[in-house]
Amino acid sequence: MEKRELTCIGCPLGCAVTVTLENGEIQSVTGNTCKRGEDYARKEVTHPTRIVTTTVAVRGGCKPMVSVKTKTDIPKDKIFDCVRALKGVTVDAPVAIGDVILENVADTGVDVVATSDCREEPLRKQA
Amino acid sequence: MREYDIVIVGGGPAGLAAAISAKENGVSDVLILERDKELGGILNQCIHNGFGLHTFKEELTGPEYAARFIKKAIELNVEYKLNTMVADISKDRVITAISREDGLIQIKAGAIVLAMGCRERPRGALNIPGYRPAGIFSAGTAQRLVNMEGYMPGREVVILGSGDIGLIMARRMTLEGAKVKVVAELMPYSGGLKRNIVQCLDDFGIPLKLSHTVIDIDGKERVKGVTLAQVGPDGKPVPGTQEYISCDTLLLSVGLLPENELSRGAGVALSPVTNGPVVNESLETSLDGIFACGNVLHVHDLVDYVSEEAHMAGKNAARYVLDKKSGNTSDSRGPVITLKGENGVRYTVPSMIFTDRMEETLTVRFRVSNVFKDAAICTYFGDTCVSRRKKRVLAPGEMENIILKKKDIKAAEGLSCITIRIEQQ
Amino acid sequence: MYDAVIIGAGVVGCAIARELSRFQVNACVIEKEEDVCCGTSKANSAIVHAGFDAENGTLKAKLNVEGNKMMEVLARQLDFPFRRNGSLVICTDEDGIKGLETLKARGEKNGVPGLEIKGREELLEMEPNLSDQVVAALYAPTGGIVCPFNLTIALAENAAVNGIEFRLNTEVTGVFPEAGGYKVTTSNGDIQTRAVINAAGVYADRFHNMVSSRKLHITARKGEYCLLDKTVGNYVSHTIFQLPGPMGKGVLVTPTIHGNLLVGPTAVDTPDKEATNTTREGLDTLIAKAGQSVKNLPIRQVITSFAGLRAHEDGDEFIIGEAEGAPGFFDAAGIESPGLTSAPAIGVMAAKMVAEFLGLSDNPQFCETRKGIPHLDDMDFEQRAALIRENPAYGNIICRCEMISEGEIMDAIHRPLGARSLDGVKRRTRAGMGRCQAGFCSPRTMEILEREVPLSMMEITKCGGDSKIVLGRNKELDHPGCSQQPDQQACSKQ
Repeated sequence: MEKRELTCIGCPLGCAVTVTLENGEIQSVTGNTCKRGEDYARKEVTHPTRIVTTTVAVRGGCKPMVSVKTKTDIPKDKIFDCVRALKGVTVDAPVAIGDVILENVADTGVDVVATSDCREEPLRKQA
Repeated sequence: MREYDIVIVGGGPAGLAAAISAKENGVSDVLILERDKELGGILNQCIHNGFGLHTFKEELTGPEYAARFIKKAIELNVEYKLNTMVADISKDRVITAISREDGLIQIKAGAIVLAMGCRERPRGALNIPGYRPAGIFSAGTAQRLVNMEGYMPGREVVILGSGDIGLIMARRMTLEGAKVKVVAELMPYSGGLKRNIVQCLDDFGIPLKLSHTVIDIDGKERVKGVTLAQVGPDGKPVPGTQEYISCDTLLLSVGLLPENELSRGAGVALSPVTNGPVVNESLETSLDGIFACGNVLHVHDLVDYVSEEAHMAGKNAARYVLDKKSGNTSDSRGPVITLKGENGVRYTVPSMIFTDRMEETLTVRFRVSNVFKDAAICTYFGDTCVSRRKKRVLAPGEMENIILKKKDIKAAEGLSCITIRIEQQ
Repeated sequence: MYDAVIIGAGVVGCAIARELSRFQVNACVIEKEEDVCCGTSKANSAIVHAGFDAENGTLKAKLNVEGNKMMEVLARQLDFPFRRNGSLVICTDEDGIKGLETLKARGEKNGVPGLEIKGREELLEMEPNLSDQVVAALYAPTGGIVCPFNLTIALAENAAVNGIEFRLNTEVTGVFPEAGGYKVTTSNGDIQTRAVINAAGVYADRFHNMVSSRKLHITARKGEYCLLDKTVGNYVSHTIFQLPGPMGKGVLVTPTIHGNLLVGPTAVDTPDKEATNTTREGLDTLIAKAGQSVKNLPIRQVITSFAGLRAHEDGDEFIIGEAEGAPGFFDAAGIESPGLTSAPAIGVMAAKMVAEFLGLSDNPQFCETRKGIPHLDDMDFEQRAALIRENPAYGNIICRCEMISEGEIMDAIHRPLGARSLDGVKRRTRAGMGRCQAGFCSPRTMEILEREVPLSMMEITKCGGDSKIVLGRNKELDHPGCSQQPDQQACSKQ
């Protein structure tokens, strides 16, 4: 029998959840105070996922960088593959929230999308 | 001098929500003054997700959360001026502002909502000894450099303070290729959200050292290393626990301070506990017609609560302005009740209630002074405990609230003081 | 071949350069740092002493009183902030009054005007926050406060405009006598000169001893300070000194010319002439000592702490003049307190010696005035509004704490000997000197430096040398961090 101690991240409460496993099978989930906690714990021990957020450079926009995220969560062990795939990616302005920046990042089946708008405008250099 | 019904100082989450609410509550003439080049405030550099779970029932990034409010404000024709720094606010609600476009201007406001947010405590406030080289950043400054400008402040990083921005930056710097060696926290518990400790530190194997602090900074030009030491219960370093950690960057996430220089200048009474204005049930400060909300009032952990609070401030400012306009100057306030925190409750916002002005319910927000397990939040009307809410855990990093009902307060004859306390089960 | 080379662009070197520029001279100032005012001149009490401290008949006494007298005219000519706020030397027991009387007599002999001993009652009216132990104080109405950065920078700019060359980022490595003068070797090549002026602060002994048989010994004496927020800048209005007593030399509590409160310094000799680090013991000591002067010092309002190194000469006296056995090599050495006050007088004295030695004639083109960056704080609404209409950059506020505009930062960059680093901008404009200590403005100031100097973001430094602010672009760093796996096991070896 194996016990895994987790901190639930479903809400700011941060419940301490214990998952008991036997031969890789979940026997029990305790310590959670809601259904979301149980779901989280089950997922976290079997196939943990994360949303990755970062930035990419913009050409011809009102700002140098635009923020992006994986549209949905991706497997936790793909986080760095995702970031590496975005290395060197530059997009052209304009960019709108939701625009796809990179399709199927790191073969996760998940697209990377913009999370901020960027107007088309050469970087204004005030003098 | 230009006149507006309501002027909102700051176009971050608090200012936006207040402006929207003021519009929705019937005031047409609302102006936001924002010092940055876009609306949204600090959310624009908070590119991580986790915003809006309460407000939108979904997980948004900071810029996405801000964009929803900006869109709504623009739809409602809220006026705003960007790149505009407010230099002064007077007691009689004349605002002096300065910008490249408009120059030096004065604006007369029917009501003002203070929504200036907060700033980070710098190294100096901690008085950490050592050299003063480059490579020491507040976590928020580093966040701006990385997320907005696209530059890396360093390669090998030590973070002092486990506030949320520090935790978020630990992950952010790691993802961009830096090595975060350790996060040190002076207190025996983290001031950040659990979620952030799990997803920003544990996920990447970054150690969190509780009851530790930086006692020396090495490096004359650029940071070369820091000395960490364990601190005892007295907050002093424990001899023999020093550990030198080489690094080129020290990030500080050691607390946020409401930014109340303008409030102080106007003569607004400030709380020594929150460093924010003392407010009543309407989130009105000690000065007539000047309201406050968001992090300038007290530092929040969740932006959803900021929006909620700012919504009330905007609504109350609108009511204030519309009452004045309609000649309704009866100004019935009713009996005043003092609200206070005790026994583990550091403060309450608001700290007083004019009963006649109270809405059917009133959200009272507060923070606790320590970590409590299996405790209860107890509300006392005078000496009588009227509510006891059990909590498995209470932590200083997480804002709590209770809801007061007007009918309960009206029913309590001669009530003059409400106290919130933490009691063990 | 230069007529004169000045080693060191601190307040003394710059004062000498400015006075020397009254003559027709081919001279340069050599400074190892990236800017003027980077050593002792930038980290001191910023006090214009009245002149009662130094023993009668010493050079320290003479130049202090002269420098003090010169300060008003100089501040007007060179447009730097200076105010006579008056100083008090407090004592905490009846015995101390004798000490105050000694100081008063000494001061009067030195030529300090208006000295007066005041009792507790009268003192409390002047300074309500004095501690309960204070019994009496020596009041000196001519004591003042000055901006040491602006004073030094103003002297340097004025010298530069009048033809003195400045070689920054250049370290002197040796001084060798040769026919007709000296060869000065530096990190940027050799320089020939007829005369050398040694204003090298804590390093003055090194250069002196290269040429003179009569050796000099200078000790770096560290002084640590705490700077407090402007909200408590009026906690005292005078400069409050402590009467030196059995507990040692005291610390001062003073408002600064820009409205902060300054507490310090400690005095600890250090073998390392670069040891400008603060220490826990030092900071704790000065906070404790300051408590003898004022009660309930609002120490929670500290916004930064810093340390400076005084150049203490063994004989406790300024060494100004031609070094023994080294004709044409002039020292301005051992310039510790009251060095800042004395600097203008040291400048006159040293320049006169050098001019006589070289036989220089007057510079008919000498311009004795310099206009500083506009003081927006001192302007009324209309003046300020007009300035922004004329140049909108003065309306773009970059530093929120000190309310410093883009226009002022651009001025700082484009002036003679303009700023090239964040600290350079800070010393000229105060951007970044406020309560948030540059957290807000540094990325914005960097953008302006990037555009105006111009510099790439990666070249911008805090204070020259290796003090770079950013180390690369996002995702550019080829570092083990990138291979860090988000996997608990893999990371547990950390």
